[in-house]
Amino acid sequence: MTLWPAGNYWAHFGVFAAIIIAFVLLTVMAFIWFERRAFGTFQLRWGPNRAGPFGFFQPVADAIKVLLKEDIVPAAADKLIHWLAPVIVFLPVLLIFAVIPLYKGHGLVPDLNTGILYVVAISTMSVVGVFMAGWASNNKYSLLGGMRAIAQMVSYEIPLVISIISIVLLSGSLSMYAIVGSQDIPFFLVTPLGFLIFLLSAMAEINRGPFDLLEADSEIVAGFHTEYSGMKFAMFYLAEYGHALAMSAIAATLFLGGWRGPGDGYAAIGVMWLLAKVFFIFFLLIWMRVTFPRLRVDQLMGFGWKFLFPLALINLFIVAAEVVYWGDITWWMILVNFGAAGVLILVWSRLFKLGGGRVEIEA
Amino acid sequence: MRTITEPIIVNIGPQHPSTHGIFRMRVVLDGEVVVDLEPIFGYLHRGIEKLAETRTYTQVIPLTDRLLYLSAMACNHAYVLAVEKLAGIRVPERAEYIRVIMDELMRISSHLMAVGFFFNDMGCSVYTPLLYMYREREKILDLFEMVCGQRLTYNYMRIGGVSQDVPEEFIPALKRFVAEMPGFINEYEQLLTENEIVLFRSKGVGILPKELAINSSASGPVLRASGVKWDIRRADPYSVYDHFEFEIPTGEAGDNYDRYRVRILEMRQSVRILEQAIKQLPGGEVCSKVPHLLHPPVGETYGHIETPQGEMGFYIVSDNSIAPYRLHIRPATLINLTALKDMVVGWKLADAIITFGSIDVCMAEVDR
Repeated sequence: MTLWPAGNYWAHFGVFAAIIIAFVLLTVMAFIWFERRAFGTFQLRWGPNRAGPFGFFQPVADAIKVLLKEDIVPAAADKLIHWLAPVIVFLPVLLIFAVIPLYKGHGLVPDLNTGILYVVAISTMSVVGVFMAGWASNNKYSLLGGMRAIAQMVSYEIPLVISIISIVLLSGSLSMYAIVGSQDIPFFLVTPLGFLIFLLSAMAEINRGPFDLLEADSEIVAGFHTEYSGMKFAMFYLAEYGHALAMSAIAATLFLGGWRGPGDGYAAIGVMWLLAKVFFIFFLLIWMRVTFPRLRVDQLMGFGWKFLFPLALINLFIVAAEVVYWGDITWWMILVNFGAAGVLILVWSRLFKLGGGRVEIEA
Repeated sequence: MRTITEPIIVNIGPQHPSTHGIFRMRVVLDGEVVVDLEPIFGYLHRGIEKLAETRTYTQVIPLTDRLLYLSAMACNHAYVLAVEKLAGIRVPERAEYIRVIMDELMRISSHLMAVGFFFNDMGCSVYTPLLYMYREREKILDLFEMVCGQRLTYNYMRIGGVSQDVPEEFIPALKRFVAEMPGFINEYEQLLTENEIVLFRSKGVGILPKELAINSSASGPVLRASGVKWDIRRADPYSVYDHFEFEIPTGEAGDNYDRYRVRILEMRQSVRILEQAIKQLPGGEVCSKVPHLLHPPVGETYGHIETPQGEMGFYIVSDNSIAPYRLHIRPATLINLTALKDMVVGWKLADAIITFGSIDVCMAEVDR
């Protein structure tokens, strides 16, 4: 474990906490700008282009706007919980980054030997905040959003974790650094199905794309944060993009080889590789979000339980058998897994019936 | 009724992002399932029918623009058609052709918005299809701006014709539009028609059976999606629609997907009508001589046309004065909306929203 700078715990934590907070806030601002520009391009319009060159200062202007807005709390809301919810939603985002490897041996907690377990545990916390927000607002839209949040996050956590377990099997370690270290071949090539399942469940977890049911604007207005304004709303907004950042960073670390890439002998280049991969994953999220309509709540649950969950299990068994048989990651494994992924997806999409639909109401 | 959870009452609207104006649905939910639904109208009532009785026949035309503002040309047409029928006024053939061109452009524009907002309700959360459709609507609005200087409330049709002839540059621009529109419709279909999520969300959802559609007097794409081949352009031809060849697309199941498909197919037929209208467009005057203050003979009449939303009719009673003695509007969307409860009960909350969107309502017309 390298304690940089000066080999002192307190200096190390101070410096890295500052780096992480700055990293998260700056990247989130870059994400907001990037997403809005990308939307503009996808939708044949400009996107923000007035504040600063190419609209770079748009997130700053947005931040100033929400800071100056009045903070309204509904009269019948549960004040304490209403106040606490955005904090509880936002904190885990920062905590996740404690174990994300920014570069070889450098992070807030360099080489936590249960790194990925910690990520899974911490990232689940925010659902508590979301439900608190939905319940405390004393608004039915919010309550529906909160209930959807619980159902959705609990369901999608399972395929997500199972797809992570296949990575753990491949690298033989729970440590994020060891996982990156063992990716001489990036794991998205080794287990493409796992990558797909991880990406889809992560999108549902962070409430994006076709799975943004918690705040389905056309149905329940803004879901759990309908009654939030001003700075508290900004916290939710920040948390949402922070989660997207965290998920992109985890995906980049687990499947795309983190900081690794040509010329990663230099720390700066390594970090640039990580950022490039994070933005690539985030671009995939934007692409999905801008293209697809939203699923219905029962279809979403059906997709999670009937499609992703069995596929994740089968994928786990295949990877486990391969690890036992070959012992090491080989090009054969890639070939077999790509074939298996194609066949499984085809077969399963034939077998997969969403069900649900109309419920007979007796008068 | 077997309830598993405690039913909750949710008021969707009057201010809600997906009520297309100010409309209120009082929904009883069991979990996410809609157990009961009560549509509540009247938040936008402006008394247009009463206002019309205090104005001369010509002065009523601008009021009709404000009725169904997404297809204002068609409203103009429905009204002037009724007055012409009442007063027995002849319309020059060129004016009739121009009216048909305007109506069909309006149909394309309105269906674009209907389909766009339908997908918006379905949760294309950042409006992608809608923004694509705005692109083509913009071209149609440019055409309208050429002929009458307005982009939303046109006030172009007159009793006895249209206010002025189309400018020189109109026909070439229209030809360009007609040539490129099928390509754009193909583009929407590529993006949406076979999309798995769209199929999951809209196929078999919000079914309006054929009998119910007829019994509730539904009209327009809502009726045709249920499999009834009824279109006033064919059933009671007006203007010069009998000069054109076109088909009346119908659906089978009467679900949300069929209503979307019928609109897409109707746009293709509208393009076909426009092609023929450009070829056949005769010369001559565009408005017959009509006195400024019209005194139609005592009597009553009902003129109706096929607006993009369905049958819009004007029932006018004349007492030989300069203003209608009584004017009543048959709004297409209000009557289409009455079947909403039967289409929605038993489905999920999200389906209620898209079913409402698939009817293509315009609250200004519903409440008048």
